[in-house]
Amino acid sequence: MSIEVNGKVFETDEEGYLADLNQWEPDVATAMAKEEGNELTDAHWEVINFLREYYEEYQIAPAVRVLTKAIGKKLGKDKGNSKYLYELFPYGPAKQACKYAGLPKPTGCV
Amino acid sequence: MSEPWEDDELDGPVRKFMYVNRRAPYGTIYALESLEVVLIAAAFEQDVTLVFMDDGVYQIKKDQNTDAIGVKNFSPTYRALEGYDVEKLYVEKESLESRGLTTDDLVVPVQVVNNDQLAELMEEQEVILSF
Amino acid sequence: MPMLHTVNKSPFERRTLDTALRHAVKGAGVLLIEDGVYAAFDGTVVAEKVKAALADHKIYVLGPDIAARGMSEHHVIDGLEVVDYGGFVDLVTEYDKVQSWL
Repeated sequence: MSIEVNGKVFETDEEGYLADLNQWEPDVATAMAKEEGNELTDAHWEVINFLREYYEEYQIAPAVRVLTKAIGKKLGKDKGNSKYLYELFPYGPAKQACKYAGLPKPTGCV
Repeated sequence: MSEPWEDDELDGPVRKFMYVNRRAPYGTIYALESLEVVLIAAAFEQDVTLVFMDDGVYQIKKDQNTDAIGVKNFSPTYRALEGYDVEKLYVEKESLESRGLTTDDLVVPVQVVNNDQLAELMEEQEVILSF
Repeated sequence: MPMLHTVNKSPFERRTLDTALRHAVKGAGVLLIEDGVYAAFDGTVVAEKVKAALADHKIYVLGPDIAARGMSEHHVIDGLEVVDYGGFVDLVTEYDKVQSWL
């Protein structure tokens, strides 16, 4: 499978996760969201950028519980809860946001 | 029907799991497999204890750089364990010393225990998985 | 030149290095690769054995495998030679044949 963005083809796995996270660019996230009928707001980008930083540091995509806690620490209590994150990413914040961020599917994702 | 964000608290039983890591990081797949299983157990909020003994102490050696051998360096992931509330990390003293290593050489804070203390810790567990 | 023996197992877990040394004639070379590189450092319980082997053998150790494991070339036992992949290839051509102990 693949996704085409700005004339460039990006390879993905069967669930739509980017094959090579180093290829990621912001327009990939925008295109993936659009395919699923979503438009990315600043609030979405905050989470996507957070995930990319998390991966850079730890080399994994965080489980949803870990993501929620870490977002709360970094961006404030009002954002560090499941309700806020599920409203932004209804298919599951870890799964959907990780996909947009070009990360692999989180290990043990719930 | 409950909303997805209401499923946050996992209600299943919490058990005491110990993962015993005895292999060096890149020569076999054991170290990486163990780490993945640990992350899954932690995501399900189990009571997780990690032990590094024998060549397993090499898994958490600082300064790993795998660029030239073309495999992923997964040592930074051990530092993510704290965020998963996995904070019981033990290293066997004899294993560390026989390899000329000290806790300063390790990527994460650990408790150093001797053979006997480790044996007691093992007796306290409900499930022990050895890699 | 006699044979080059390569050893890829940790000396703390397997006896491969002992076996290789026992079957290496005087003048044979030993190249430590993959987990075999853990034998190359000072301050370990196997260091004396490796130092003793230097009397009869040239011992080499693969640099990229040292770096991958977070070990330091500064702690490599005196008398061992660190080689890169190019050096590995040179050794294979220098010695008459290669015995890869697994």
